[in-house]
Amino acid sequence: MTNETERTEMDADAIQKAIRRMAHEIVEHQPDLGRVVLAGIPTRGIEVARRLAGHIEAVEGVAPFLGTLDISMHRDDLATRGRVTAPVPTCLPVDLDGRPVVLVDDVFFTGRSCRAALDALASFGRPSSIQLAVLVDRGHRELPIRADYVGKNLPTSRGEKIRVRFECLDGVPDSVKVVSP
Amino acid sequence: MKTWTRKDLIGLDDLSAEEIQFLLDTATAFKGVGERSLKKVPALRGKTLINFFVEPSTRTRTSFEIAAMRLSADVVNISATASSLQKGETLKDTALNLQALHADMIVLRHSSAGSPRFLADRLSACIINAGDGSHEHPTQGLLDIFTMRQKHGRIAGLHVAIVGDILFSRVARSNIHGLVKLGARVTLVGPTTLVPEGFEKLGVRVVHRIDDVLAEADVINLLRIQHERQRKEYFPGLGEYISLFGLTKARAARLKPGCLIMHPGPINRGVEIDSDVADGAQSVILEQVSNGIAVRMAVLYLCAGGAGLPT
Repeated sequence: MTNETERTEMDADAIQKAIRRMAHEIVEHQPDLGRVVLAGIPTRGIEVARRLAGHIEAVEGVAPFLGTLDISMHRDDLATRGRVTAPVPTCLPVDLDGRPVVLVDDVFFTGRSCRAALDALASFGRPSSIQLAVLVDRGHRELPIRADYVGKNLPTSRGEKIRVRFECLDGVPDSVKVVSP
Repeated sequence: MKTWTRKDLIGLDDLSAEEIQFLLDTATAFKGVGERSLKKVPALRGKTLINFFVEPSTRTRTSFEIAAMRLSADVVNISATASSLQKGETLKDTALNLQALHADMIVLRHSSAGSPRFLADRLSACIINAGDGSHEHPTQGLLDIFTMRQKHGRIAGLHVAIVGDILFSRVARSNIHGLVKLGARVTLVGPTTLVPEGFEKLGVRVVHRIDDVLAEADVINLLRIQHERQRKEYFPGLGEYISLFGLTKARAARLKPGCLIMHPGPINRGVEIDSDVADGAQSVILEQVSNGIAVRMAVLYLCAGGAGLPT
């Protein structure tokens, strides 16, 4: 731990600009914003989704639905993890049948979280379409999955970690850092 | 505490207050799964769970079976009469055979206290205690506490009265350990033969009249009089038990309006509890049964995931 170094890739201002741009892109691509469900993946995807919804409402005057989607029960690596976190209950405000859904996460890495999220969504209905919005895409996909809205592409090596912090959750200023071992 | 690392659940006595809260929080997430139209998640896909019940049980076994199925595990049930224990095989040999059959998880009910711990120390499979003698029944204790927390919004400061056959009750022991750790005030109520004074060492109060707790309890948890475990000399007769400890209609009328009436089942109508009271508005007996599935899903999920590393 003592040897790790970290460098800041995004500060609060950069994060705000990235999320605002993503919000504009969602407005551009989603013709019927009042029907869209933004589904945040715990923990920090929920916060990114909340901010996206705020920007969309400020721009268009229409707020998308905001929900939380637990994916931990749908992952395929439970028994290999050795330690388990408590799932955050899924909370979706509307039936997903026939609605466009935008999954929202903070970091896009192997694609396995997204696969689990697609599986989880299927338990709640049949959306008309599913898109993916991520604050940071760090590469290293292991599955044929891509993001529709990306805040920042951040090339990393596999051994590095991405640390996203939000003031409202973590008590430190908003930041995205790359941590090298 | 942010993560769970245990592979086994033997008793609430082993767990910290944090671990119990963690289990209850996880159960809340799984309760949501049972309320969907599609009540199944793939978390334990490809895992095999063996319900190994050396002592008879219907509801606990069924509850574990439903919980495991909702997690997509494959379930096999083995009962006492069908097992080789009848033919003289030792518990350890039977269990090693279950493991050789690639069981990932074993849910064990056994009449001997300590048998789940014995297996947990010897097998790599997860061992979940579904009741061992008069020792513990941790998932029943957890589902009772989960139901109290759901209804009252907290456990700390609640006054919980546990009434009846405490001496022989593993349900009572699991409740006592869990509730005391989470800061509840626990009063045990029963005849001196079934609630000996030594229980006060566990941090609870002991009284011998149900009338002493009616006005102040937030929860009344009634235990079943276990005819099968008791010899007659523990109390003179059912009539006397009812007159001193039965939750009759007249007594129920003296409870606080928000007081919950609980019972781990199966209930003896007209003994521990009047029939009308069991069906009344304050009774949460059937909700306990429903919550049992969510609690057992949480236990199976966490122990399966916690199996990768030693604690």
